[in-house]
Amino acid sequence: MRRRRLKGERLVTLLLLLPSVIAVGVFVYGFIGWTGYVSMSNWNQLLPDYTFVGLKNFFKLFAHPRFQIDLRNLAVFTALFLTGSLAIGFLLAVLLDRKVRGEGFFRTIYLYPMSLSFIVTGVVWRWLMNPGSPQMGSTGINLLLEKIGLGFLKSGWYTDPRVGIKAVAVAAIWQMSGYVMAMYLAGLRGIPEELREAARVDGASEWQVYRYVILPLLRPITLGAVIILGHISLKIYDLIVAMTGPGIGFSCDVPAYFMWETTFHANRFAQGAAIAIILLLMVSLLIVPYLIFSVRREAEV
Amino acid sequence: MWRKSYLVGLLAVVLLSWLGWGQAGHEYVVPATTTLKAIAQETLGDAAYAPAVMRATNAKSLADPTYLKIRTLDMEIPEGAKLWIPERVWAEAFMAFWDPNRPEDLFGGGKLVVGSWWTAGGEAEGLNALFEIYDEYYPDVQIVNATIAGGAGFVFRAVIKPRLIAGDPPDTFQLHAGLEVEGYSPETYLTPLDELFEIMGWTEVLPKDLLDLLLYKGHFWGVPVNIHRANVLWYDKAIFDKYGITPPENWDEFFAICEKLKAEGVVPFVMGNAGGWEAAHLFETILISTMGAEGYKGLWTGETPWTSAGVTEALEILKKILDYVNPDYAALSWDGAGEYLIAHKGAMMIMGDWTNGWFMAKGYEDYGWAPVPDTGGIFDALSDTFCLPKRAPNPINALGWLMVCGSKEGQIAFNTRKGSIPARTDLTAAEKAQFNPYLRSCMDDFARDAIVPSVIHGAAAIESWVTDFKDAVNLFLATKDVAGTQRALVEAAEAALAAMKG
Repeated sequence: MRRRRLKGERLVTLLLLLPSVIAVGVFVYGFIGWTGYVSMSNWNQLLPDYTFVGLKNFFKLFAHPRFQIDLRNLAVFTALFLTGSLAIGFLLAVLLDRKVRGEGFFRTIYLYPMSLSFIVTGVVWRWLMNPGSPQMGSTGINLLLEKIGLGFLKSGWYTDPRVGIKAVAVAAIWQMSGYVMAMYLAGLRGIPEELREAARVDGASEWQVYRYVILPLLRPITLGAVIILGHISLKIYDLIVAMTGPGIGFSCDVPAYFMWETTFHANRFAQGAAIAIILLLMVSLLIVPYLIFSVRREAEV
Repeated sequence: MWRKSYLVGLLAVVLLSWLGWGQAGHEYVVPATTTLKAIAQETLGDAAYAPAVMRATNAKSLADPTYLKIRTLDMEIPEGAKLWIPERVWAEAFMAFWDPNRPEDLFGGGKLVVGSWWTAGGEAEGLNALFEIYDEYYPDVQIVNATIAGGAGFVFRAVIKPRLIAGDPPDTFQLHAGLEVEGYSPETYLTPLDELFEIMGWTEVLPKDLLDLLLYKGHFWGVPVNIHRANVLWYDKAIFDKYGITPPENWDEFFAICEKLKAEGVVPFVMGNAGGWEAAHLFETILISTMGAEGYKGLWTGETPWTSAGVTEALEILKKILDYVNPDYAALSWDGAGEYLIAHKGAMMIMGDWTNGWFMAKGYEDYGWAPVPDTGGIFDALSDTFCLPKRAPNPINALGWLMVCGSKEGQIAFNTRKGSIPARTDLTAAEKAQFNPYLRSCMDDFARDAIVPSVIHGAAAIESWVTDFKDAVNLFLATKDVAGTQRALVEAAEAALAAMKG
């Protein structure tokens, strides 16, 4: 009797889960599989051609000068974006944690950029970093530098191939460091005052308190922030579209932008799918260890 | 008394003109009960045109209920019923494109979804002019203007492709004349329009160069509405007058002017490249100047090798031009760069002749034009066409649209607003007079010059090649590596020519 009811409950549970399992199965994993299949096909015109060509598209891609530049750009962007956002976010959190007056006000200001979409951020920074010219006059940041007598610091920003993607990273840091601040602030508030006191009593300097007590305790938050920022960074597309486009000599180009162009402009659907798979692998390199780590932790608990 | 008859007369004129609106043809009152076939036989000389009469009459009856609503092809037509007999060419075209398995097409009405990237300024006005004409002829059809903005159609094309594959295309959409059509796999996704060209007599009134461009795999896939010229050098007259400069005819003169203006603190040459294609557009016109018309055309057919000295020379010229451009070119689109001319801060710019329409819209009149240096007598052409997707939901409505696009009336209304020249060459002197001075000079040049197809605007090469070409030029802007870029161009050509053969 009891067993039967258990079975019935199980069935209901199963039925309730089934729609989402099917939907996720088809629309996430099914399409990932499909993209993988296309990436090994010969689909290089509008009309699908599913002839199997193995890893040819991938070899070609890694030999492609534009893709090589894209990977380099992505590495530079990710490095700058992660370190910049974490450092500035942490600094802001520490400052706010000092029980400053009007904390709520500053917290809101720092968090606001995150409520914008990357498209808006991109358009704003596109104007801010517009280089201008001697004939038409400076605008944005260059104008500001000129006005405060730091004209020698003027730059071509994203229009200068030597700067390129680094300028885009600045905009991304501006947007996301407030979010990192919020995460760290929550973490800092979770650290009991007694721990700091104990460290201070033991003769630790303020620097040592942060270095040996607080930072280690904040490690899970740092890890979470790295995961979140990392996958945003690897997939970055909208910010590039709104702010710079591929840029002179592809100095602002990223794999996701190349994917869109090669698929829908050059009709190389197989090559586009190959880029998608590479992006997926890169993101999973970041996410999977984290998943394993958190699953293990849950098991331990 | 005279007043009354005047009023009656006026009323009659209004009424007649109102009746005259609508698809070309004439009204027909049935003298004695008969069949549709007999009527078609009597009025159009062929009983097989009965479906065309049915469609035309039904379309009419949607706007004017005094016309008979014909429910089936073999319905008995009662005495005194009012029918609309379409023009013979229309009936012919209808019969050529109507699928007998689609009886729903015999009832008129429905939608016409027109896809294009004409969203702003003169382009949008031109498109609206076409819509107005279409609406006069087919008041029963609801027009849906499905535009997607984005320079030179790069975004639009990316959106339309998945829709074609998915079998959900608009009824008709914009397409550059030339090899761009390859990117749509037309044999699978588009309807060949050869019969329509023949019935409408377009092969007689369109220039031969354009017809050659339109043919892909032996078929016509789109109806051209206009022609643009890509190799135009625009200059600010105020600056040229101030420094006593005349438009350069060759690159030596061009660079002499650049030197002079640079010393004066004026930007000698302005360009934009925010869209990613503008620099490639410039390079294309330089290629024409160094390779000549035949040599340039041969580059895209495999007859001229990309290792030619002319290609090297073109890259050297582009490299040299980069010394004289506005420093913010990467942040500007072509129209943003045009602001330099309007402000009299920049002297010259190379862009297609849509610039003319943009200058006019900006109220800027102080500009002059000349062919790009060393390309006098050559016309780098591109043309916009409209096509008929195989799975268009309302193919007969789209057919009417294509006829409007190909008509003289449509082309004049469209091009005077868009700022391009009609694709048809049978305009009378009075009709030509409706165009502005630039366009009139452009028409003369088109009739006289050697015509070459533009590559960046879809005429000369398949899309994958265009992308590689564009990418090579974009990379060159940063590296300025002549030999490496030429090697990349050679490789792109080899791959594309192999793909075209396979």
